Amino acid sequence: MHAAILVFPGSNCDRDLKVAFEAAGAAEGVKVSMIWHKDQELPDGVDIVAVPGGFSFGDYLRCGAIAANSPVSEALRKHVARGGYALGICNGFQVLTETGLLPGALRRNADQKFTCKTVALDVATQNSVFTSEYSVGQRINTPIANHDGNYFVDADTLAQLRAEDRIAFTYVDNPNGSVGDIAGVLSANRRVLGMMPHPERAADAALGGTDGVAMFRALSGLAAGVMATA
Amino acid sequence: MKARVFVMLKNGVLDPQGEAVRHALGTLGFDSVQGVRQGKVIELELDETDAALAEAQVGEMCEKLLANTVIESYRVEMI
Repeated sequence: MHAAILVFPGSNCDRDLKVAFEAAGAAEGVKVSMIWHKDQELPDGVDIVAVPGGFSFGDYLRCGAIAANSPVSEALRKHVARGGYALGICNGFQVLTETGLLPGALRRNADQKFTCKTVALDVATQNSVFTSEYSVGQRINTPIANHDGNYFVDADTLAQLRAEDRIAFTYVDNPNGSVGDIAGVLSANRRVLGMMPHPERAADAALGGTDGVAMFRALSGLAAGVMATA
Repeated sequence: MKARVFVMLKNGVLDPQGEAVRHALGTLGFDSVQGVRQGKVIELELDETDAALAEAQVGEMCEKLLANTVIESYRVEMI
């Protein structure tokens, strides 16, 4: 499995993600490439593109808006268009909504506060590679750290997401006003996941929890040959 | 030629910053304020001399970058 982690000026969870991928996929020999935002192409054989958390381009204009229009994002679009997997966490989720690869947008938190704490999530679907190692209704603890995590979709889109079982995670105690308590959503082909909580920060017992490991374990099993059918 | 772009959260999209400003105004004694919506003003300097072409270009910029039309509306003023 080959993961490409995009790095923008202001990304700050890129190396945490690398460690999480490498630790969970050690047995499979997972390969991780760090891709600078000016690169116009991804390395050959990339299975999943991960867009990390942080404050790309200082959150100028809107969170994720400048990153979504940087050269590497065109490569990301092409990767997803040919059936590739993508994972956006926190700022990465904002980037994926700004690129249009995921529906909705992230607004300022309802209470105006930058919220940095561990929150409980419910796993809402098992029907994606990202959530395949969890069970529906399983409660997991992951940190959130954001100022703009208040997910918005209109009522029609919310109904569609529910009907298509595309809500991956919901907050047990909604910390930011997100519509439908949504913490993470999937694309229509279920190969793109965006989420505000940080599974990569819950991937080591010494660093506050291991509930995120199951996602990286599941992703370790991705291989180029599997992509066409998974 | 200059253009001024006004970007606002759409009606119906909660504006927590506007709400915070409304509360602060109330604290200052401005009891008559019923609602506050906060937005952005972006000024552009353009080479284009044809106002209609310039306005069309700015509209495209709004759609592609300056506004997120999922939650924001925009208005362009040529000046």
